Amino acid sequence: MSTAALTENPAKRQRYVAVLLDVMSRPSGAIGLSLVVFHVCLAIISPVIAPYDFKLQDASLMLSQPSNAHWLGADHLGRDIFSRTMLGGREALLVTGIATPLAVLWGGFVGILFGLTGGRLDEVLMRIVDAFLSLPWILKMLVLIVTFGTGLEVLIPTLAFFYGIPVIRIARAATHDVIARDFVWAAKARGHSRISIIWRELLPNVLDTLMVEGAMRWSWMLLAFSSLSFLGFGVSPPTPDWGLMISDARGYMSFAPWGVIGPVVALSSLIIGINLTADALAKALGIDRAQKAPV
Amino acid sequence: MSAPAFINIQNLSVGYTSQSGEIIRVLRDVSLSINRGESIGLVGESGSGKSTLALAALGFFKRGLRALEGDVEFDGIDMLALERDDLQAIRGGRLALIPQNSGQSLTPTLRIGQQVAEALRLHSQLDESDFEARVVELLTQVRLPEPATLVSRFPHELSGGQQQRVAVAMALAGEPDALLLDEPTTGLDVTTQAHILELLRDLASERNMAMLYVSHDLGAISRVCDRVVVMYAGEIALKGTTKQVLLAPRHPYAHGLLASIPRLTQTSLPLALDGRPPMPGETITGCAFADRCGLADERCRSTPPALKQLESGEEVRCFHPDRIDQLPVVNKAAANKTVTQKGEVSADHGGDALGLNQLAISYAKPSLWNQLFSSGSTPPATVDNINISIRTGETLGLVGESGSGKSTILKAIAGLISPKTGHLVLNGEARLTPKVEDRPALHLRQIQMIFQNPDDSLNPRHTIAQILAQPLRLYFSLTGEELRQRSIELLERVRLGSHYLDRLPSQLSGGEKQRVAVARAFAAEPAIVLCDEVTSALDVSVQAAVLDLLNELKTQQGTTYIFVSHDLAVVKAISNRVAVLYQGRLCEIGPADAVYSGPFHPYTDVLLGAVLEPDPDFVPKLSADDVVELSPPETGCPFQRRCPRKLGKICETDTPPARLFDNGHQINCHIPETDL
Amino acid sequence: MLTMILRRIFLGLATISIVSLIIFAGVEILPGDACTQYLEQDQADVELLEKCRDDLNLNRPAHQRYTEWALGALTGDLGMSVNGEAKISDLVGARFANSLLLAFFALLVGVPLAMLLGVITGLWRDRKPDIIFSTIAIFAMTIPEFVSATLLILVFSVWLGWLPGIVLTSAGSPISEFFPEILLPVIVLSLVMTAHVMRMVRSSVIEVMASDYVQMATLKGVPYWQMVFRHALPNALLPAINVVALTIAWLLGGVVVIEVVFNYPGLGRMMIDAISDRDLPVVQAIALIVASIYVCINLTADLMTMIANPKLRTMYLRK
Repeated sequence: MSTAALTENPAKRQRYVAVLLDVMSRPSGAIGLSLVVFHVCLAIISPVIAPYDFKLQDASLMLSQPSNAHWLGADHLGRDIFSRTMLGGREALLVTGIATPLAVLWGGFVGILFGLTGGRLDEVLMRIVDAFLSLPWILKMLVLIVTFGTGLEVLIPTLAFFYGIPVIRIARAATHDVIARDFVWAAKARGHSRISIIWRELLPNVLDTLMVEGAMRWSWMLLAFSSLSFLGFGVSPPTPDWGLMISDARGYMSFAPWGVIGPVVALSSLIIGINLTADALAKALGIDRAQKAPV
Repeated sequence: MSAPAFINIQNLSVGYTSQSGEIIRVLRDVSLSINRGESIGLVGESGSGKSTLALAALGFFKRGLRALEGDVEFDGIDMLALERDDLQAIRGGRLALIPQNSGQSLTPTLRIGQQVAEALRLHSQLDESDFEARVVELLTQVRLPEPATLVSRFPHELSGGQQQRVAVAMALAGEPDALLLDEPTTGLDVTTQAHILELLRDLASERNMAMLYVSHDLGAISRVCDRVVVMYAGEIALKGTTKQVLLAPRHPYAHGLLASIPRLTQTSLPLALDGRPPMPGETITGCAFADRCGLADERCRSTPPALKQLESGEEVRCFHPDRIDQLPVVNKAAANKTVTQKGEVSADHGGDALGLNQLAISYAKPSLWNQLFSSGSTPPATVDNINISIRTGETLGLVGESGSGKSTILKAIAGLISPKTGHLVLNGEARLTPKVEDRPALHLRQIQMIFQNPDDSLNPRHTIAQILAQPLRLYFSLTGEELRQRSIELLERVRLGSHYLDRLPSQLSGGEKQRVAVARAFAAEPAIVLCDEVTSALDVSVQAAVLDLLNELKTQQGTTYIFVSHDLAVVKAISNRVAVLYQGRLCEIGPADAVYSGPFHPYTDVLLGAVLEPDPDFVPKLSADDVVELSPPETGCPFQRRCPRKLGKICETDTPPARLFDNGHQINCHIPETDL
Repeated sequence: MLTMILRRIFLGLATISIVSLIIFAGVEILPGDACTQYLEQDQADVELLEKCRDDLNLNRPAHQRYTEWALGALTGDLGMSVNGEAKISDLVGARFANSLLLAFFALLVGVPLAMLLGVITGLWRDRKPDIIFSTIAIFAMTIPEFVSATLLILVFSVWLGWLPGIVLTSAGSPISEFFPEILLPVIVLSLVMTAHVMRMVRSSVIEVMASDYVQMATLKGVPYWQMVFRHALPNALLPAINVVALTIAWLLGGVVVIEVVFNYPGLGRMMIDAISDRDLPVVQAIALIVASIYVCINLTADLMTMIANPKLRTMYLRK
């Protein structure tokens, strides 16, 4: 019933509309959401509207200053930085846009499952989760990337896998909170099946937490993705990518500092946008994210 | 009316600015004065602004709130104009507060001694070296056991009653001239509450203090206060002496409030006060109470009444203080129903709806770690040796203080906890499987449960339609229009309309939510309904309405109830038979009239003695200490440690025998029948 | 109390052993081993490869090698690096000291600053200081480290020329030689961690300031600052212990990006180099060290919270 009821039911729909309106009525939500929407739109239409070819090298323009023709100047290979900045978020958004829902899905699923099982199995799982969390993210990622390459087919599952692990913790804690409540006991006492209780009673209540968590994971994943690019383990040239562009331009920073401005502003605004949205979403849903430790 | 009063609040309005920039008033034009040696009770339901008023007397407003107009004076000092330093000198010194829920009002990281000594440091002339002795003296004065060791304890190591006493000691440290008490006994067990109130009474008369006692509990107020102020929707509705207000209220709201309180002396259900008070910010054109008032006329709805003094001395905000006697006094319909109901049960004697045989339940489940590394015997079971049979169509009340195991028994019946030993028999034949998962659909449907707090028992993400659909789909496979019709029918039965179907629980008031929970239970067409403190989270007037509803449904359908509550008057109002529990053991069981009229089990006697009635002439009798026991004794009588009539060694070693009286009245006690 | 501590230590050890298993298994599952790497992968002929594997004992069953490796690690013997012929413990030791140095200064600046700002923003919630610092914190927290590092280098090193933008001192040098090169990395690191810890302290202060016991203290006539220091802060700062622990673990676990940006010779850069070179024994060693530090620091924080929080302490002491 749930999906049908969800769309049919006016009160339910009202709630999501109300949450969205609430998010947009907060200054952080309004700014954040517009930044995110702007970046997503830009990523979709940038191939059409970018003024120059991102691969086009023009030796005469090498490290040239911003001008009317090239608003942000050109890089060390004489490529137009403005065009490259416009295109530089596509890869990142594509990878993280797919990996984030995957991470929340698998982490949420496992977390809820073990939150419900409890007992010894749950203890062991939590130790394994702890063990994974104790390893630096970059080590885990790099070992896989160095071995298997940096294609999308490696990056997406790798990011989704490692970023799903902390979600297990969150989902498990949220599950514990919900199953202690009387409406779950009431459903149990009525004799509903386990699946029906999970689907109808538990999920709708854990979903809010997972939504906020998903937004946070997204921003951290973007951070990780661009850090990898920056270190040279991400997108391979000549594909434009902000992390990579910053890394390239850094070398010439003493005499061509304008090179870093474009990608720095673009990357920062996207990540800040996601964070502000997540903040506003958490407040609108009544979950205080600040209470949770940044794992 | 010559000299200004000791605490003098004049025309005070308190409010906040809403997000849309509107000014919302929480208190409207309230005037109140208290003289030295006088104690005033401030009564009202949740949201009436009574706590805000009490805190305003200290010149304090919660975050967001502010005084819009009016004055607050304490002994001639303008509290609203005072600098922070001067306020600090008065607060906790000459004017002290005893808060609600001391468990949360004591700083968790400071020891009891430190917290009381802090009050001394701030507000007494004593030398630092004398603090220790004075702290012990204060703790002794509030009748705390072992004060010398208590000073080094942290708040969480104390029981609720003890924490409340520490709060009293802290207030006394500043040698106050006036005490403000904000629901000081709410949430405590009856015996503890009665003890604290006696303590406060004694202190007030000893020290000639002015007291402002805020509570929703008229019973407590009648015990402590000389005068009573009734608040409604941020306004004062009625002011008068305790006798005037409690015995002959001249305001329809006060009248309704009093009628809605269940009393030990009454045999019928209390009278419900329908409707709900206006929310702060709601536009009120006339009298705030007009919508719920039986006397309201055109004028009441259009012109706000002013507070005016009557010849007899009370001040009333009502146009019709003379017509109060036209309001109904007793819930006649309900009274008749209970009478006939009781008759039917004894005549029919049809059979047992449910039998509890030798039921024992243990919560303690040793973990692997404990099994491996710690030895020692297992603690006695939480609930033990329960034998009760519940007859079809009767209401069995289970009473006891917190920790008496009454809710645990309900959970075992519902199959949510597996008993350690013993079994349950349904309808005198079928043995109920302990686990809910293994029960056949028929058994599941026949037993339904209603929980204490509807905020927690209704899924906040489901609409009312979805909530009601759950049992209807599960047990009757209803769908589509049929489902909808049945849901509407159910809502109407609990006196809610079909327009509630698409709402979420958060859009309903507390009473409405509990009605939905009732409707959900009855959707299963159950034979037995388990009610777990179903009215304790509700205001009294709402409680009366829910009780009335439960009773009506029962008469219509012949449902059997097991009704758990800590409130003896509520249990008396609704039950045919009553079982008294202490520490998970049965003390007494019998017809409601017999249990409440004697002979008594010593524990029942203690409990009944501690109940406070909203009647200024009523005096509670306190016979046992309000000690909180954490686990039952291993052998003998469960009540042995607190029993005022303990016989001796036998009470500690032997399980008390069942003493039998007329009508199946049974008392488990070593004291012989004739002496009980 | 004692059993509780023992229990926590036991769980910590369990986690570390699981980590070691994950690390070992992870390296095991990856295609190629130390010898294929050492002999330049595919071109190595089979005989040489076999000989090398025999030399390095790689032909024995995995569980035997795991036991050997784990036992070795317990006694401080982390094996030899593949190409350097050097003892890993010596290599890692020097780098670890550098990471420790960086972490120490970052904590020295960051923790007190974060506490101070957290308390200020919490007490003056929604007023000017809060709005200013909280906005800065959001930026500091969300902007990638390499971006903020790049910007700071641009400003302080390129434009103003006040501080060196890159560390040139080599790994084994005495501490004094790291100045002033270490300043910029310390600033960037403390900026990030201050933002995280500050936000946590802020929300904790706000929660405690709204509590009944703070209201009670006020109404008892306790002067404002005395109320803040005696009643509010001891409770508000308790949860900070765990957050600070996580930050320390993060700082010691190799702040890879910062170390690369500033060319700082710490554990993080060593890790990257080892991975690029596929020097698997070194990778294993670093992973094990970092994970153990993480577990130990969190364990310490848990125990400290238990001792500092009377509720937890008495729960285990007086039963």
